[in-house]
Amino acid sequence: MNYLFYPGCSMEASALEYKTSMLAVFQTLGAEVQELDDWTCCGASVAPVMSDLLGLALPARNLALAEKAGDGRQMVVGCSACYVRFQCTNAAAADRVVLERINLALEVENLSYGGTVQVRHMLDVLANDFGPGVIAAHVKRPLTGLKVAPYYGCQTVRPYSAFDDGQSPFSMVGILEALGATVYHHLREAHCCGTALLTTKSDVGLRIAGEILEAASPADCIAVVCPMCHMNLDSYQDKVSQVLGKPVKIPVLFLPQLIGLAFGLPDRALQLKRHVISADPVLARLAA
Amino acid sequence: MTTPDVINLTATKRDPTFVNRLTPAGHQLYTCIQCGTCTASCPSAAAMDITPRQMWRMVQLGLEDEVLHSKTMWLCSTCYQCQARCPRGIPLTETIAKLKQIALQERIEEWRESTAFYLAFSDVMHRYGRMREVEFMARYFLSTNPLGALGYAGMGLTLLRRGKLRPELPRLRGEGRLDRLFDRVAELEGRQ
Repeated sequence: MNYLFYPGCSMEASALEYKTSMLAVFQTLGAEVQELDDWTCCGASVAPVMSDLLGLALPARNLALAEKAGDGRQMVVGCSACYVRFQCTNAAAADRVVLERINLALEVENLSYGGTVQVRHMLDVLANDFGPGVIAAHVKRPLTGLKVAPYYGCQTVRPYSAFDDGQSPFSMVGILEALGATVYHHLREAHCCGTALLTTKSDVGLRIAGEILEAASPADCIAVVCPMCHMNLDSYQDKVSQVLGKPVKIPVLFLPQLIGLAFGLPDRALQLKRHVISADPVLARLAA
Repeated sequence: MTTPDVINLTATKRDPTFVNRLTPAGHQLYTCIQCGTCTASCPSAAAMDITPRQMWRMVQLGLEDEVLHSKTMWLCSTCYQCQARCPRGIPLTETIAKLKQIALQERIEEWRESTAFYLAFSDVMHRYGRMREVEFMARYFLSTNPLGALGYAGMGLTLLRRGKLRPELPRLRGEGRLDRLFDRVAELEGRQ
């Protein structure tokens, strides 16, 4: 299997460990992954607020690069905020008039988009191109006894639900079970992490993140598939504890880090030390 | 703004074209049946001055001032739950982005802090082509509430120690990475 890969800004910076662990897992599974050359920001939820066309042209710039470089390869994305922007742009570009307008903008970059690039979330590829069977075959150190609370977040599964249920997602279940972990289900698996509200309206945002952390707290750790979800759930636990009036402390791991642990991948790929909430209790549990 | 329980529609300025300006899909709001699924699904509804259901009704009625002066849109975290569940299939979340866009263009003073977030992000993206989280946050706090940044200082230091933040020197002169594309889009939209 052969993919193009769009890291997006967060996976190059705050969520670098998501990128390194994802690439290491893909390599172990035998996938060939090539990073898209010269990529730029997808515009996130900001560009559509600046202008209708900018909100489409920024993702389309990258889609056009992928179309040119791809030989029909699909483009894998790990950040759910990037993923949703690419999905929205492809949906809008199905209208030829809109696509022509996007291409008028892309002219200045000497690019043109034909609307053909299929964009896949990393979780989609893991769950459906490889699947639990293939993943289980690579497990060297099963995560036996580890209770993992899956957290999908919002934009991974909405509004398009391209590969999972937008209300009750399940893609992580088979993967976590293949690793030997126990899945801890809770009521906040597809709720919003609060996104930018933790910065702009922190009283509201911290409460939203707090509800997720509280719901998942009986588990040993939370598994996430988006840099923004990770930032909000991992870095703000002190502030969340203040807002909730009780201490909250639970490690939050990117799904590929958990897979990597079970595959026995080296620490330089997993980079667990980069998290604010230490992953040591998870490692201790596995050593026991 | 506080919204009265009853709005006197005769005495209130209304713009019947408001719905149609919420491109590309605002016109679908005409089919809203006021079921309230959007409000029930919204993680921030409790903190809003008018609920999403009320806001969409006010949009239908052309109550532009009331909608643009409500803080409701700024509490949207773009989680797409209302849009995914809307029984009429109206792209509500995407239409909120359009409301924010109009509020930004009208430079409404009371939303200066909210719009500063978008402007700071856009400036950094424009300049470097990719997000620089440290500069983005610095620009945001400097333009709104420099002292507010202190509340995040402890967390910032922890993130620095973990290698999660990568401070880079700002490059304020010379051509921005996405100048050409931003300029072209502005030209096509008749903003230049």
